[in-house]
Amino acid sequence: MRDTFVKTLIDIAKEDMNVHLITGDLGFGVLKPFWEQLPDQFTNAGIAEQNMTSFAAGMALEGKTVFTYSIGNFPTLRAIEQIRNDCAYHNANVKIVCVGGGFVYGSLGMSHHATEDLSIMRALPDVTVLAPGDLVEAEHATRAIYEHEGTCYLRLGRGGEKRIHDKIDNFQIGKAIKIKDGEKVAIFSTGAIFDEAMEASEMLKEEGINPALYTFPTVKPIDRETIEECAKQYDLIVTVEEHNVIGGFGSAVSEVLAELVETKARVLKVGLNDKYSSIVGSQKYLRDIYGMSSIKIVEKVKGVLSEQNINLS
Amino acid sequence: MNSLQLAWKIRRHGIEMTHISKGSHIGAILSVTDIIAVLYNDIANIDSQNPKMPDRDRIILSKGHAGAAIYAALAEKGFFDVEELKTHYADGSRLSGHVSHKGIPGVEFSTGSLGHGLSVAAGMAYGAKKDQKNHNVFVILGDGECDEGSVWEAALMANHYRLNNLVAVIDHNKMQSLDFCENTIELSPFANKWKAFGWNVIDIDGHSHDELRDAYNQAVSSQNKPTVIIANTIKGKGISFMENDILWHYRFPHEGEEYDSAVAELKEQMPDGITDMYESEAQKI
Repeated sequence: MRDTFVKTLIDIAKEDMNVHLITGDLGFGVLKPFWEQLPDQFTNAGIAEQNMTSFAAGMALEGKTVFTYSIGNFPTLRAIEQIRNDCAYHNANVKIVCVGGGFVYGSLGMSHHATEDLSIMRALPDVTVLAPGDLVEAEHATRAIYEHEGTCYLRLGRGGEKRIHDKIDNFQIGKAIKIKDGEKVAIFSTGAIFDEAMEASEMLKEEGINPALYTFPTVKPIDRETIEECAKQYDLIVTVEEHNVIGGFGSAVSEVLAELVETKARVLKVGLNDKYSSIVGSQKYLRDIYGMSSIKIVEKVKGVLSEQNINLS
Repeated sequence: MNSLQLAWKIRRHGIEMTHISKGSHIGAILSVTDIIAVLYNDIANIDSQNPKMPDRDRIILSKGHAGAAIYAALAEKGFFDVEELKTHYADGSRLSGHVSHKGIPGVEFSTGSLGHGLSVAAGMAYGAKKDQKNHNVFVILGDGECDEGSVWEAALMANHYRLNNLVAVIDHNKMQSLDFCENTIELSPFANKWKAFGWNVIDIDGHSHDELRDAYNQAVSSQNKPTVIIANTIKGKGISFMENDILWHYRFPHEGEEYDSAVAELKEQMPDGITDMYESEAQKI
């Protein structure tokens, strides 16, 4: 996903001299194609994310479109006030890019788990928040935030994500993408955990439950329309995110549902249950331990369905 | 209007604005006044009729709590009506205590949380250099503000990229919120710290307009280094009972003795050729 981002950004930056990439001294082996091909549009700000973020705001106010790049929580939580005051309040064209959303850097430990970024970034006015689910979404999302005026946050996975979509027609910020219709249950997924959600929906189908599946590449603004439609059509909405269940994608969906006058849908939020992980392990392993692997999603959905006596036939 | 006249007016507005609003930071407003008066009057390329002109010099007040000084300078330079200064802090006013750029012509950047301005200014200077633009970027910091780590992150980067179009001015009044800087977090040897970071350092009397003018002119002709002007100032400068007294970081000039004495002291220092814009109101008291 990070390679897709860099490749796309190189294409964009070749066409637009005003696009600039600043890294917080990260991206070994990833950003090299960019700095080799476009050295004048690349800057390493060193290991100093607060300065990098304000510096990017200053450049943006001079007419640049500036992408700041780092991993995990470093481009966001480490510089949150700089994002708020210097970027967002000034509507600066700064695009904050995080590689390693969720448990990507699982074995590296808690410091490298980005599991509150969506909720914290979502809480900032005038920040648009995207978390693409596969390589195709990542390419579209990169182009979309480039074209979108103002401060944006792009949460990426790492390497090795699959290409799930063949293609996406008419990608728009704030619009969910329907993968398939279903009955009774709709699964909403954001970010790179889309593969687990996809697998879960296939496993459920084999067991006679045929859920609808949507991916939400944009967390803010949330696609209210799709949520409202699904609330009328389905009994259970399952949100899947590699993130704390407080404040993130599941909360964004729940906020919409809570305001609806007539809805029959209830919500099942799949995500990290308000914890820091100190368990060592791969992304795949930690997803399973913390209940968001495909198998765990299936178990949770079946559990809620039997609890609720939702008749599936 | 010359810079001394502008400085007097900024101080006079500062007293009035904090008095009316019961607002804080008069000590800092009075210490930074001469730095701002010389910059806005004699140095910066700015135009009240065209506040967004592309080749304007950029000015950021990183110590945003002295915002009243910037508002007063801009109003006196014709960016907006002087009358509006009286709305400082008031319900519905554009003029917040800490500098805001929203809807206020001439304000480049909003500040208030310390330690942001130098980084933003460095980014502006870097962006300008990338596009071969010739304007300068001025940023005014407090000395207490230099406790913030991000100031030194920016100092490293500005040196690394040899941002000679960047001029930092430090209002070195030796005091911060609760005490003298040296009793809080030791800054000295202050000038040597900046030198060690690769900066061109100019150490001056921050109330001498001649020294300020010379320092600014020297700074903008720096060939390969960013410049820091360490302007040695007195917190509360111009009002004897406010000078070097930590009380006046937050206290406002109260109705009666405090306000009357402050105005009386300022009047004794009034340069020729200007009048006290608050005369009638002052006389009422």
